[in-house]
Amino acid sequence: MAGRPDGGTTRSREAKSGFLKPWKLPAPFLLLLPTFIVLAAVVVIPLLLSLYSSFTPFRLTRPDTIWTFIGLRNYERLFTDWDFWVAFGRTVLLLTFALNLEMILGLGLAMLVEKATRGQRILRTIMMFPMMFSPVLVGFQFKFMFNDNVGLINNALQSLGLTDRAIPWLIDGTLAFIAILVAEIWSSTAVFAIFILAGLMAMPREPLEAARVDGCTPWQTFRYVTWPFVMPFAFIAMTIRSLDIARAYDIVKIMTDGGPAKRTEILWTLIARTGYSDARMGLANAMAYFAIFLSILFTVIFFRKLAQARSQIGAEW
Amino acid sequence: MDINAAHSLKRAVLTAAHRIGLFLAMATICLPGLWIVLSSLRPTVEIMAKPPVWIPRELSFDAYVAMFSGVGQGGIPVLDYFRNSLIISVTSTVIALAIGMAGGYAFARYRFRWKTSIFLGFMLTRTVPGIALSLPLFFVYAKLGIIDTHFGLIMAYVALNVPFTVWLIDGFFRQVPKDLAEAAQIDGCTRWQAFWQVEFPLARPGIASAGIFAFLISWNEFALASQLTRSTNSKTLPVGLLDYTAEFTIDWRGMCALAVVMIVPALTLTFIVQKHLVSGLTSGAVKG
Repeated sequence: MAGRPDGGTTRSREAKSGFLKPWKLPAPFLLLLPTFIVLAAVVVIPLLLSLYSSFTPFRLTRPDTIWTFIGLRNYERLFTDWDFWVAFGRTVLLLTFALNLEMILGLGLAMLVEKATRGQRILRTIMMFPMMFSPVLVGFQFKFMFNDNVGLINNALQSLGLTDRAIPWLIDGTLAFIAILVAEIWSSTAVFAIFILAGLMAMPREPLEAARVDGCTPWQTFRYVTWPFVMPFAFIAMTIRSLDIARAYDIVKIMTDGGPAKRTEILWTLIARTGYSDARMGLANAMAYFAIFLSILFTVIFFRKLAQARSQIGAEW
Repeated sequence: MDINAAHSLKRAVLTAAHRIGLFLAMATICLPGLWIVLSSLRPTVEIMAKPPVWIPRELSFDAYVAMFSGVGQGGIPVLDYFRNSLIISVTSTVIALAIGMAGGYAFARYRFRWKTSIFLGFMLTRTVPGIALSLPLFFVYAKLGIIDTHFGLIMAYVALNVPFTVWLIDGFFRQVPKDLAEAAQIDGCTRWQAFWQVEFPLARPGIASAGIFAFLISWNEFALASQLTRSTNSKTLPVGLLDYTAEFTIDWRGMCALAVVMIVPALTLTFIVQKHLVSGLTSGAVKG
């Protein structure tokens, strides 16, 4: 009884794998080989090397120090290094603020554009405008605008009579943090907006109408119909953003270079300074491993949320 | 009647609020870019003026002329930087596309063991921040003697781009129905022919947008380039931007002009690509 359907599937699977296997070596292996080679050569092997050198007192200026093994001493030093933890905390703070605000603003922007009846194409194009800017350019552009002497922001505030003194945007620690946050948000809100917009546009009309017929308020419609549908798209954007979150290095490097007096130092500027300016590669590599774990952590969190959201809206995807 | 009037008033207010919100949002997005363009066209005196000069009195292309007139006349070697940027971005994009096509095709069409884990592994290599990667790369490249060469940066950018091209191209190949290639094979094509004559043309718009995406990443990259390049041999435009900053002064006008030169190619390419990019990323990730 059970033999017949079983036999059927086996035969079709055989037919399929026969169709998929014209080469002697397994084809997927051959096709993936170049990817493996490149990633191994440029990412994996250097990373293993840096893992090793994080156990040495390696300095670029004294190459033979790479053979001295000092165990976990670099990591021990990290745990007691106050500057490092301050930078670490600041990085997490920056990421948390940036990602949440970008998500909210991106959602707002996407809904504004989706509601527009005319000129949607142009609006969408303008919306993507900041994505084309290199992070270096974003950093420089906001450095220019936040300049306390000639910057657009201070000029505007003074012309409008809101303040009569030059606000030291990039010199005061807190203000500089805000300025960096603004630059980050300006450059990356578009990522969220385009994904959420794609979700809104792919959304079927029937559930919305059903909700209206059933007498939902606009807020309820949004909360229980629109948002669950759009959420996976928002998490794709989150995942992508957490992948390239190190853009923050470029922006901070240009705008303040971690200064003044380390008041805007984030993890990546600290790593670059320790590794290249102070030439303490071993210590910098130990820090870099912390940064990598931070990135992986963020990515994994969003990936899992994505999977959750995906299973929530069901199998039609 | 009264209810109708109240309703239409409410509607008018909502429409107006929507318009204003939209206008403010778009203005915020555009303003910084416009300000850069404007600043690149006005004399330095106006940029530095106190109180600020809002309406420029004269516009000139002096900054651009100075920039391209070479090192002696207060310019920077922009042409060299531009050439380096172009060579490195185009070459690394082509290689990343070729590798990404092979990989993406494998993920879209074959079933094999550990498929999901391998895919995730590829993606995880992308989580390594550029600056963290630059430390060991700097060391390896110094040993191999390929610091400050085109080859070194091209290699690095290929590795940077391959995970994304694999992801995007996988999504695009999955949108091409499998039956088409099978039908071509029944009609006597080899698998290789079926790929090039049926599947590749259908996925081409998507592959092109993956290419532009990769190009933009290479074109805009800074963290690796700033450490792995030294001189006009291989310095790219984003690194060249720093040439305008001296110890205590910054040539704002020159920087603005270079910024415009950098953004124009990126702008043009992104306009071409925008539609396919979103559909590619979403289909690759949502349909999983």
